[in-house]
Amino acid sequence: MSIWELANPRRFMALSGRILPGLSWAAGLSIGIALVWGFFFTPDDYQQGSTVKILFIHVPTAFIAINAWLMMLVASLIWLIRRHHVSALAARAAAPVGAVMTVAALMTGAIWGQPMWGTWWEWDPRLTSFLILFIFYLGYIALWQAVEDPDKAADLTSVLCLVGSVFALLSRYAVLFWNQGLHQGASLSIKQEDNVADVFFYPLVLSITGFVLLFVALVLLRTRTEIRLRRVRALMLREAR
Amino acid sequence: MLPELGKYAATVLSAYGVTLALVLGLVAASIIRARAAQRALDKLEAPRTDV
Repeated sequence: MSIWELANPRRFMALSGRILPGLSWAAGLSIGIALVWGFFFTPDDYQQGSTVKILFIHVPTAFIAINAWLMMLVASLIWLIRRHHVSALAARAAAPVGAVMTVAALMTGAIWGQPMWGTWWEWDPRLTSFLILFIFYLGYIALWQAVEDPDKAADLTSVLCLVGSVFALLSRYAVLFWNQGLHQGASLSIKQEDNVADVFFYPLVLSITGFVLLFVALVLLRTRTEIRLRRVRALMLREAR
Repeated sequence: MLPELGKYAATVLSAYGVTLALVLGLVAASIIRARAAQRALDKLEAPRTDV
């Protein structure tokens, strides 16, 4: 099956309806096991003490916060180039999920930063670009709400998404661009020697996997809702004539 | 039952609490909205299936 067949709302609804229950269970189980493993069965870090357990929620939420925007970018480009409505609705559906994950990453970062850095907040490149990313999420959601014509809203939000992608990428790579600020480097890397210790690595990878599955499940569920609401709007307009 | 979190207990527990509250709230809001949309669509499509 070609991925473009999912541009047909009927096919999208049929396929997503089939995979959503299994995906939701897999997400719940992965996150549950990872957090129990990370919280109860990992040792304290020699420098950070028990606060290292925040790693298992802070890194996955930050990972989703950035990659949700990149998924929205791909969906927006598909809308702008090929005019598939499902892709525009999928981008719209992903925005609140990304926004909530950004809040979670910012809040857990602040809570973790207070005892480790001695401050809740610092205008560090990564923290600042993350805050700007959050503002872009809010602007994106607000723009969808503000424009009544759905196609026009999809056009405008897609352009906003292209602009915001700069900050999504900055959030990811800020620590590499600027050798300043409090935030440490990446916890996971292709180079094995740059990764966190194995005892933290495996539950962290499982937690990230669970959050990715949760993100996909929520985007599918919310896209299905957007498709239904679009149909509701079309039927109401037809009845009003 | 809880692991020994030492002087950072409040820090760790509040980070987990905030995250779980946000994620569970998001899941609940998504399900409620999905059900409301399904109900609205069922209501509008119902008369057409009677014909």
